[in-house]
Amino acid sequence: MKKDIICIVCPKGCMIHVDYDENGINSMEGYSCKRGIDYATAEILSPTRMITSSVKIDNAKYTVCPVKTSCPVNKDKIQDVMKNICCVQVQAPVKQGDVIIKDVCGTGADIIATQTLEEEKQL
Amino acid sequence: MPIHACWGGTRVVKEFNLVIIGGGPAGMAAALEAYALGIKDIAILERDDSLGGILKQCIHNGFGLHVFKEELTGPEYALRFSEKIKDTDITVLLNTMVINAEKNKTLYAVNPDFGFMTIKAKAVILAMGCRERSRGALRIPGANVAGIFTAGTAQRFVNMEGILPGTKAVILGSGDIGLIMARRMTLEGIKVLGVYEIMDYPGGLTRNIVQCLDDFNIPLHLSTTIVKIHGIGRVTGVTTAKVDKNMIPIKGTEEYVECDTLLLSVGLIPENELTEQMGVGMYQVTGGAYVDQDLETDTEGIFACGNVLHVHDLVDYVTMEGQKAARSAKAYIDESMEQKKTKPEIKVVPGNGLRYVLPQHIYLKDNDEKIRVFFRSKARYKDVLVRALINNEVIAKKKVIRLIPSEMESVEIKASDLYIKTDNGINLKDLVIEVEQ
Repeated sequence: MKKDIICIVCPKGCMIHVDYDENGINSMEGYSCKRGIDYATAEILSPTRMITSSVKIDNAKYTVCPVKTSCPVNKDKIQDVMKNICCVQVQAPVKQGDVIIKDVCGTGADIIATQTLEEEKQL
Repeated sequence: MPIHACWGGTRVVKEFNLVIIGGGPAGMAAALEAYALGIKDIAILERDDSLGGILKQCIHNGFGLHVFKEELTGPEYALRFSEKIKDTDITVLLNTMVINAEKNKTLYAVNPDFGFMTIKAKAVILAMGCRERSRGALRIPGANVAGIFTAGTAQRFVNMEGILPGTKAVILGSGDIGLIMARRMTLEGIKVLGVYEIMDYPGGLTRNIVQCLDDFNIPLHLSTTIVKIHGIGRVTGVTTAKVDKNMIPIKGTEEYVECDTLLLSVGLIPENELTEQMGVGMYQVTGGAYVDQDLETDTEGIFACGNVLHVHDLVDYVTMEGQKAARSAKAYIDESMEQKKTKPEIKVVPGNGLRYVLPQHIYLKDNDEKIRVFFRSKARYKDVLVRALINNEVIAKKKVIRLIPSEMESVEIKASDLYIKTDNGINLKDLVIEVEQ
């Protein structure tokens, strides 16, 4: 199989052509440094992404609290993780760094709050 | 007419050494740096109910790689500053709108706690940020209907208020906020039908094209724009069309796309109404103030930084500019800043291939100061040399691998070089920054 990958490690944006099959990568061209090789290899073998989203929150100034995964997770898991995140409802106060979901979908990553939201008295 | 004349009751008058207008990344960085330098009586005037500015709604990551050497989300980046400000005696006035300002650094503001206030400052740092270009600025013909949002408005709805703007969306413009919102809306279950860009290259960072569009198979249509908006009450669709090299829509290429939401990500405008009220000189191309190498405007003691001065690509650069403005304000308040009016100054002008430069003028000094001149290109270049010329002599050169309009670049110039090349400040010629042909 062949795949073209735009390297995003630096602003140069090399177009890397990768030839691969189920046993791994056969050949690669178009990169200009080792970081490009590493990036393209990871993109073919196990692409990962940080996921950022929000969860519902009660008794806070806003109705949602922003969250992120504590580390990048496998790209195929994005939809599963999102389904988990959207079922969660938290209560204020929440502090940045608080764990909202532990080991989300068995990815090894936690969902953590990225904002501090105080408890607000509801009028 | 003095504005306070029409207000009855007690008039609150406050005096500060340094007043910073705007509590976003530029304002917070300026305040903390000023505090660290020992300026007493600093105030931040912020119109929202908390510090952080637009970072609070930018919940995606990718902030802070330069300043903190790690990848943070917007709210996390903002907290690094707002938490520190809590531990200082910097006066933070929230829900505070500055409604008028004078050249003598008297500001008029309102908030629910004090009502109308007159605020006097020795030095002012402008850090009001920017706002988005709207449909009105684009003049897209068609129905005047609900469902048309700037990308940033939709971002605030989704990320802070938990409201989804629609179910089927089209995005006009491939600026970074539009790309980020394409991914964000997709994750929240909104069908994003495509991103349409009038230019023949994307406006946003490559990283965002890959991670926000390619990852989710969202098509990017280059050299394509929206020529009509349809609907009664609510958007029901848009007509797109290819454009020629003069960006004129090509007849016969029109396509109808059914959607209920249209997001606009078509550029940002520095928010300079107050700057203009103060009578500060403006630079047409950036839409921000005309500044020298100390980020001082043409009005003594008024400094500008961040997106109100020129629109940046990265918040890290906004932070650094805020810190720099604070250092200049400190020198001004201490009266250690050299009397500029008596100094010779030269203009900095964009030459071949460049759209703008910043600063736009430099006061000549015979010292070892290094002056960084920022610039943006008009077109895309690969492997070019950018040079600084004065009197047809090259005083600085920089090799740039990739020069594109959406990525700001800079070149460093030695103050002493400028001084020597102008015959000790006598033979004043413009400093030209250009792409070598």
